[in-house]
Amino acid sequence: MFWQQLVNALWLGSVYALFALGYTLVFGVLDILNLAHGAVFMWGAFFGLLAVTKLNMPIWAALLVAMLGAGILGIVLDRVAFRPLRKRNAPQLAAIISSIGASTILVSLAQGAFGAQVSRFPFDTLPAQVFTAGPVRVTLVQVIVFAVSLVLMAALLLFMRRSRSGKAMRAVAYSGRISSLLGIDVDRIIVTTFFVSSALAGASGVFLGLAFSAISPFMGAPIELKGLAVIILGGLGNVPGAILAGFLLAATEVFGVAYVSSDFRDAIAFTVLILVLLIRPSGILGTAVERRA
Amino acid sequence: MARALLTVDNLQTNYGAIRAVKGISFVVEAGATVTLIGANGAGKSTTLNTISGLLKPAGGTVTFDGVDITGWRADRVTAAGLVQVPEGREVLAPLTVAENLELGAYTRRDKEVAQDMARILDRFPRLAERRDQQAGSLSGGEQQMLAIGRALMARPKLLMLDEPSMGLAPVLVRDVFEIISEIQAQGTTILLVEQNAKKALRAADYAYVLEHGVITQEGTGAALLQDTRIVAAYLGSGH
Ligand SMILES: Nc1ncnc2c1ncn2[C@@H]1O[C@H](COP(=O)(O)OP(=O)(O)OP(=O)(O)O)[C@@H](O)[C@H]1O
Ligand SMILES: [Mg+2]
Repeated sequence: MFWQQLVNALWLGSVYALFALGYTLVFGVLDILNLAHGAVFMWGAFFGLLAVTKLNMPIWAALLVAMLGAGILGIVLDRVAFRPLRKRNAPQLAAIISSIGASTILVSLAQGAFGAQVSRFPFDTLPAQVFTAGPVRVTLVQVIVFAVSLVLMAALLLFMRRSRSGKAMRAVAYSGRISSLLGIDVDRIIVTTFFVSSALAGASGVFLGLAFSAISPFMGAPIELKGLAVIILGGLGNVPGAILAGFLLAATEVFGVAYVSSDFRDAIAFTVLILVLLIRPSGILGTAVERRA
Repeated sequence: MARALLTVDNLQTNYGAIRAVKGISFVVEAGATVTLIGANGAGKSTTLNTISGLLKPAGGTVTFDGVDITGWRADRVTAAGLVQVPEGREVLAPLTVAENLELGAYTRRDKEVAQDMARILDRFPRLAERRDQQAGSLSGGEQQMLAIGRALMARPKLLMLDEPSMGLAPVLVRDVFEIISEIQAQGTTILLVEQNAKKALRAADYAYVLEHGVITQEGTGAALLQDTRIVAAYLGSGH
């Protein structure tokens, strides 16, 4: 029982972490909560689905299409919902409201395009293989989701640490003003940030759609809330923190359901969130002094 | 006379309804060191920030290296070779010392960046010791050296320094001015803003005095050092 739950927590945690990574990245660079991140996640799942069903692509190519599509959607989102406010120095709350509006529109559009019912990847998208080790069983889909999520996270961390654009992104996250004095085109870095963040959301949309075999225009709402919990838990804007917290939230959920009751799935998770924040108000890896205007 | 590298003509900058810089004009010749001195609130930082593109001018023109750069975005001004070390050091605190220096060369695409980095770490051994440490963990003096080193990584044609000696102990102030003279010796043009007027005038070829957003006096550094009014206003005891 324990090992089975641990396996479940690991693959689910990897999807949460991947989703939250992009979420926290946008917060880190722009100081805004992009509440449309879940809607981009949902669209990513549909992009992947369309690539498989309409274009007969193999799943790996569909994943790339989903990431690209979601990434471009993220850039459009910034152009329409955030950039005009940024240019006018609007308060943060305005950006949050704007992102809620954008999210609503994106969900409505999906409803119009795909209907409100649940869609699925075809059963032969991936072999329905199951591995067993004693009492523990894990599907091929879960293994792939976990492994590819880890690879994407590692790629992002490497990008942030080593690449010129990644370093510039961290510079802009700390101070757009200093960055511009260094010759960094802050607007371009913001576009890159939205692209990367949204591409990761798109990938996690495909993964959750595959693993739960369910894609619908409303799939973004629950993970939006969980993602918010994860990035607060990890320390807002903190990339490694979001990864850690993603796994932690999944573990709390999975073990809570297994050992307490499935009725309290989300309640348990959020209780833990509140408890952690009482002890560490700025999140597990958050530091209050890391950032400034 | 050498050619003008930077020409500021009738520059005006407002903060909302407040006019902080009220139509100033001055010239920085290629290879020279020019200083802008003035009391707190005279408009020195506002002037530099307008030239570097952090602030938008309300009027006037800025010409750099023969190009009208008035109102350009800060990153484009830097890319053009006009690099500012802002007041108060402003290092990228969560990034390492090495990353700060690397980002100083963000606009460069040539192959000599690593070489310049080695030279700067050589010049500032304290930074070399702490190259993998977060810049925010450095002392004030070290942060100032990092801010200057980072600006040099851009290979500026003109370096603007805003009160580089501010808040530093006397030994470190000496270090800062020593570095400034080394940068001069390498042929880099400098526009220096200082509250330490005596040291600034000694270092400068030419100086402008800014009062309440207007230039009230100008002359060679040596001439202004002799001027009794300047001495009374800016070089009194404590400097
Ligand atoms: N952000 C701002 N908003 C409104 N007024 C400002 C702002 N920054 C500066 N000022 C005002 O503009 C004037 C010029 O300020 P500035 O910072 O350019 O002076 P300074 O010569 O650099 O002074 P210091 O030696 O103290 O650095 C001052 O009256 C100041 O109060
Ligand atoms: Mg100043």
